[in-house]
Amino acid sequence: MSNNVIVEREKGLVELERRIAELREASAAQPLDMSTEIAALEAKYQAILREFFGTLTPWQKVHMARHPARPTSLDYISRFDRFDELHGDRHYRDDPSIVGGFALLRGRPVMVIGQQRGRDTRENLRRNLGMPAPEGYRKTSRLARLAARLKLPIVTFVDTKGADPGISSEEHAQSEAIATCLQTFATASVPIVAAVIGEGGSGGALALAIADHVLMLEHSTYSVASPEGCAAILWSDASKAEEAAARLKLTADDLRRFGVVDEIIAEPLGGAHRDAEDVVTRTLDAVDRSLTRLSAWSAERLLDERYQKYRRLGEWRAESLAPTGTAQ
Amino acid sequence: MPVPEWLPGRRAKDAAASNDAAMWTKCPKCNEVLYRRDLAANLFVCSRCGYHFRMGAYDRIVSIADGDFTEIGQDVLPSDPLGWSDKKTYPAKLKSDAERSGLSESVVCGFATIGGFPVALGVMDFHFRGGTMGQVTGERITMLLEEARRRRVPCVMFAASGGARMEEGMLALMQMAKTTAAVTRFMEDGNFFLMVLTDPTTGGVSASFAFQADVIVAESKAMIGFAGRRVIEQTIRQRLPDQFQTAEFLLEKGAIDMVVDRRKLKEALVRLLEYTRREQ
Repeated sequence: MSNNVIVEREKGLVELERRIAELREASAAQPLDMSTEIAALEAKYQAILREFFGTLTPWQKVHMARHPARPTSLDYISRFDRFDELHGDRHYRDDPSIVGGFALLRGRPVMVIGQQRGRDTRENLRRNLGMPAPEGYRKTSRLARLAARLKLPIVTFVDTKGADPGISSEEHAQSEAIATCLQTFATASVPIVAAVIGEGGSGGALALAIADHVLMLEHSTYSVASPEGCAAILWSDASKAEEAAARLKLTADDLRRFGVVDEIIAEPLGGAHRDAEDVVTRTLDAVDRSLTRLSAWSAERLLDERYQKYRRLGEWRAESLAPTGTAQ
Repeated sequence: MPVPEWLPGRRAKDAAASNDAAMWTKCPKCNEVLYRRDLAANLFVCSRCGYHFRMGAYDRIVSIADGDFTEIGQDVLPSDPLGWSDKKTYPAKLKSDAERSGLSESVVCGFATIGGFPVALGVMDFHFRGGTMGQVTGERITMLLEEARRRRVPCVMFAASGGARMEEGMLALMQMAKTTAAVTRFMEDGNFFLMVLTDPTTGGVSASFAFQADVIVAESKAMIGFAGRRVIEQTIRQRLPDQFQTAEFLLEKGAIDMVVDRRKLKEALVRLLEYTRREQ
């Protein structure tokens, strides 16, 4: 029993997939022509796919983003030409919920950093469900500073529920670790491309996502807090997460409209895991295109445009009051 | 939560609040009943046990500035980017918080002198949306830092925040990026950024400009952390010790520079600002 609504829906398809496969086998073994039956079943299968996954609600997208089979950072990184992982924050330990290191992407040397969740319970335990501790953010800052010094572009993959909220993370100053990460990305004088590939939860996600170009997969989510967290904060009731998901405007389309995201990568019907190879290829193509464009910019222009990009974000009412006021 | 009635410059509000109930306050720590005027005169510190009440932004400015304060950014006002509505619409929440607190956003920014030193001064106020950072909070802080950079004056900020504001979604979260960029430019130009963490400072504010400062001072017993206490307790399924995430705890762990009693705070800030004085 999964509590993922997408996984639950897929269970309804498994039976149909099995029957189509059986029928094909039977048809191949016998002289009997069953192509009409097969075609009918396949048509039904496609109709169900469209019905199930054609339009996803924000809540369904949250579950798609968390789908256990959804490609993770390492699924993307393993498709680079080469990857040499670097470890540790040089202070305390190595945090496996963040992977990073030198890599070659389409022949181009880069620094790649991604949040890494596990595929099963054992790996999730080791990777803390992809929730980085301060050590992970300090490793990120270290690698980003190194990249800036060596003039290597930075590529990041965002996939986390949020930063780890544990005792040791507080003792090791999680706030400072994230705050410093943000500063490092704001000032790194090399091109930065970030891809939100799964769940982008809160400041823990943003720590890897101040970038010159931000990509987001169609069914990924990116929000100020997880829907559960938002419901707990506002209504002291985490069970209202579905309502929060609808209100938070956390989908790729919403965020493209707000200017938080620059480009959306389309996913196949049913989600990225249904054709991971294609999704990974197209994502890396998009990263490569952005890096080619940004590589032509001077360090000064990069920093200036990055500053202006975030400077502009936000909208407000401007009322003309007297320009000054006094408190006394 | 205490609603400050002593808001200089907002005296019309004082008159409305001067009924009996508003004149007395009970200390939540030692239960001492305190006359609000005495409490205000004592900088909202319990005269019996030293408990620090949460302080309004304008009270804070009066307690820290030398008597001059020129506000900026008060013409930048919050909007409703998501069209948010739950039990109330977001504009209705903003309106009632504005009426209750006398503020138009969770931060008041401007220029003042402290002990004779010209500074940029930004003060957050927990009474407006729990001090959460919305777009206008980020915009005002950014305006302050950009102007401080032009004037080449130190920036003193008081944090009090529950983090990024839910009702403005990702646009609120992006203020972490925006303020970070402004802080970094300000600091890279050789300017001094002095932060005072007050109760409570958490989430998106503690994880951005609050912990980017050069020197971080915290008020006694202030709760400071990334994750809220309730979130941590739910995650680890056990109760946290009382000391956890207090200013004193952070000092011991090496996360901040000093813990100061509010009654000695101005003196401490002036001492620090003296190190920014340069021979001409």
